[in-house]
Amino acid sequence: MKLTDLTLTELRDALRRGETSSVEATQAVLDRIDAVDPAVKSYLTLTPENALADAAAADKRRAAGDDSPLLGVPVGVKDIICTKGVQTTAGSKILEGFVPPYDAFVVEQLKKTGAVILGKTNTDEFAMGSSTENSAYMTTSNPWDVTRVPGGSSGGSAAAVSAQLGYAALGSDTGGSVRQPASFCGVVGIRPTYGRMSRWGVIAYASSLDQVGCFGRTVADTTAIFQATAGHDPHDSTSLSVAVPDYEAALTGDIKGLRVGVPKEYFVEGLNPETEKAVRAAIAQLADLGAEIVEISLPHTEYALPVYYLIAPAEASANLARYEGTRFGPRVTGDDMISTVKKTRALFGEEVQRRIMLGTYALSAGYYDAYYGRALKARTLIKNDFKKAFEQVDVIASPTTPTTAFKIGDKTDDPLSMYLNDIFTVSLNLSASCGLSVPCGFDAAGLPIGLQLIGDTLQEATILNAAYAYESATQFYKQTPNIKL
Amino acid sequence: MALTRNDVEQIANLARLELTGTQTAMYQQQLSDILNYADMLDQLDLEGVEPTTQAVTMRNVLRADVVETTLTMDEVLANAPQKANNQFVIQAVLDE
Repeated sequence: MKLTDLTLTELRDALRRGETSSVEATQAVLDRIDAVDPAVKSYLTLTPENALADAAAADKRRAAGDDSPLLGVPVGVKDIICTKGVQTTAGSKILEGFVPPYDAFVVEQLKKTGAVILGKTNTDEFAMGSSTENSAYMTTSNPWDVTRVPGGSSGGSAAAVSAQLGYAALGSDTGGSVRQPASFCGVVGIRPTYGRMSRWGVIAYASSLDQVGCFGRTVADTTAIFQATAGHDPHDSTSLSVAVPDYEAALTGDIKGLRVGVPKEYFVEGLNPETEKAVRAAIAQLADLGAEIVEISLPHTEYALPVYYLIAPAEASANLARYEGTRFGPRVTGDDMISTVKKTRALFGEEVQRRIMLGTYALSAGYYDAYYGRALKARTLIKNDFKKAFEQVDVIASPTTPTTAFKIGDKTDDPLSMYLNDIFTVSLNLSASCGLSVPCGFDAAGLPIGLQLIGDTLQEATILNAAYAYESATQFYKQTPNIKL
Repeated sequence: MALTRNDVEQIANLARLELTGTQTAMYQQQLSDILNYADMLDQLDLEGVEPTTQAVTMRNVLRADVVETTLTMDEVLANAPQKANNQFVIQAVLDE
């Protein structure tokens, strides 16, 4: 068995028993990246020298008796999360060459718990997209079929974990950007409750929806990196000052009596029959494990997508006003200040420009009430749907995405059809819920299918344990992609 | 809601974006399609519904007024395309 075949928790055990070292594991992953990543293209920036130095330091710490939770474990970080001294671009030309002077809180946490950072993973520009095709630098491939997208925006992180180019990874999820690529790449991805993770040092897209999320090959792996990075940060006043429970201890696999809600609005036209079949089978499996299945209704589901595509661009248009070539990033000089700003902002890609304009319009005088104002009110209805549902059930189960991974280039000309990918994931971001995607089978073409489990506010332990029980019974994670090089 | 070419040019100017003719036409079509889709919200009765601006409701988050170490001037200016005398340099905005 190769070192890269180990799961994160298996590697951690092997390190604890002294069967391998962090330097060996890190070198093994770096070698695999050299061999495989030219085909997958998951990393935008690799930092092998830093990684090997950190691995050597981790081995020294271990020899001195340190057993920090992620000590010596190589991981990837989405390139929207700031890393001190390492270029962070958010997948955009407008941040080309930007070297952050500080680490994001979640990166500080990774370093504190001993993780070894391999590099920065590809993302749709400013996390706006569902395929990584909006990255200004390259499109990542799905390890299960390199002619297909890995999902997005955290497609680089999902593909890296799926291809065993890192034992876990961080991403971010504003409308599904962790769960959707996790589903497409056959890995586990969690989007915690808003405020569970700090956004300090995470380049902003839509501030009321953005949240850091975690990827792993298994539920236990995902839980390990989530455990290490969650928590309150005084620098982010929207991070919740609530103690972080022992999520790893919560993985008992016992879900007897768990009430699982199945929302009828998520099983509608447009849902691929193979996806529906796999998700229905997964729900039956949960019942076999002792869960009680309850049909529920989230009546405002169909409005979530238009609400999201008004609120997120509105917030983005404000957040992205800062990119005008003064404090960071390149400057394209024009005849005067205004023309310099405009020429510099031409470095934004099409999707980013589209969302900035959509948001500018939704916020502009005369249209604010009709668009942004209505969207905020409709958001209340969506949030209330979840509130009511969680009076009845502990977990909501649904497909993560309507289809499996699509072909690269298939949806790039039609933004609206690309947006429809987020139809099952966006509602959660508008509410106060948390959610994850866990592999639940494959379609006829061998592409992974994801089961989405949604939990109430700060009930991450509940959905992780449900996913863990399901995964223990099905073990889809044991199937790995045969990457065509 | 269908946007006119003039609408798109005006939005682009407000957002400080410079569009080519082809881009303007493309965005005119795409933004109109998205706004038409968003018109679905007109079906909802939102009379008396309070707006939601945050996922988890929080209010007046305060911290102790303690001086902390911050980034140095060199760190703050390190990524600036142009700087001088510990300041960001931009083109003149006002005439003499």
